[in-house]
Amino acid sequence: MVSQRGVLNLYHSDAQRDAYARRGNGMMLHGVDAELLDAAGVRRMLPFLDFDNARFPIQGGLLQRRGGTARHDAVVWGYARAASGRGVDIIQNCEVTGLIREAGRVTGVETTRGSIRAQKVGLAVAGNTSRVAAMADLKLPIESHVLQAFVSEAIKPFIPGVLTFGAGHFYISQSDKGSLVFGGDLDGYNSYAQRGNLPTVEDVCEGGMALMPALGRVRVLRSWGGIMDMSMDGSPIIDHTPVPGLYLNAGWCYGGFKATPASGFCFAHLLARDEPHEVARAYRLDRFAMGHLIDERGVGPQPNLH
Amino acid sequence: MRIQCPFCGERDLSEFSYRGDAGFKRPDAAAPGAGGRFFEEVYLRVNPAGAHDELWYHVFGCRSWLKVTRNTRTHEILAVAPGGALDPPASRS
Repeated sequence: MVSQRGVLNLYHSDAQRDAYARRGNGMMLHGVDAELLDAAGVRRMLPFLDFDNARFPIQGGLLQRRGGTARHDAVVWGYARAASGRGVDIIQNCEVTGLIREAGRVTGVETTRGSIRAQKVGLAVAGNTSRVAAMADLKLPIESHVLQAFVSEAIKPFIPGVLTFGAGHFYISQSDKGSLVFGGDLDGYNSYAQRGNLPTVEDVCEGGMALMPALGRVRVLRSWGGIMDMSMDGSPIIDHTPVPGLYLNAGWCYGGFKATPASGFCFAHLLARDEPHEVARAYRLDRFAMGHLIDERGVGPQPNLH
Repeated sequence: MRIQCPFCGERDLSEFSYRGDAGFKRPDAAAPGAGGRFFEEVYLRVNPAGAHDELWYHVFGCRSWLKVTRNTRTHEILAVAPGGALDPPASRS
């Protein structure tokens, strides 16, 4: 279920090495393990990578040995069972069709199965954040984008950990069933279609081939697309909204599952105490107006670049 | 997905680069509340599920800006027009 098989982020230039050294130091300052490997260190771990690639030479990688993979759906079910056991009602097949407002305050939701009154309403509806927020006349700094992911046929154990390419947006790991799980960039245009298009498929496969040509004969079995809440600075939003009674947890872009336990904890803190958790204080909705953006890529208000 | 460029004809998606919502209207910098208006235009989006007016750049073709109306649920292209000039800034009185 939880497999701490290691996450290795490859770097391909001196500048990227320095950036990853800084990232690793940041991790260690927070008590998280990080090691910076040189090319020889990467070659010892993963000899099948293309070390002769003149265009994207592998100079080394940032390794977090305790990182890895987890059965994401099992995590969701675990939370659901525990919440249900504590008296939380989880109502499925029940679409929110409106937000009830009285004297300017949100006091509940309209649904396809009736009204539900509430003192506080929290939105955590990534992908559809703008659509639900519009029910309270809110316009947000978010665009919905498609991210494709791919699964190959099952093969014998090949990739021991999680690997990311540093010269293109490509990641890969191998599931316990033997399938290679991989993906890359957003398609790059607004979408609610939950599927993408072939230029991105080609781009992702090119990244994989540049990294490990051995992938060339593996067949792609399945692909799908999800709806990403892309924010205007690439960082999430956990905050009150300007509408009293309505709270927001959104803008997680494509960095979803791995952050959900902490994201949920901080959102619960905000809902319970009306104050942000200290680690989430910077994820304010008004940071865009105030200039306190958290733009790790430094690309500005262009969601498809984050 | 293919886009019917008015100058080049129907071309594959990979020839184009996406900018985003075409609804940007440059506010009058001299008007009261201009700061707030600029913030809204730069950062806030309708982000609809359905017909969406957006700007695409034909980077590997004629390099024109195109105003495309596309259904974000189905990716069906509903209309394409040359981008033309953005609305000129409101004149100062």
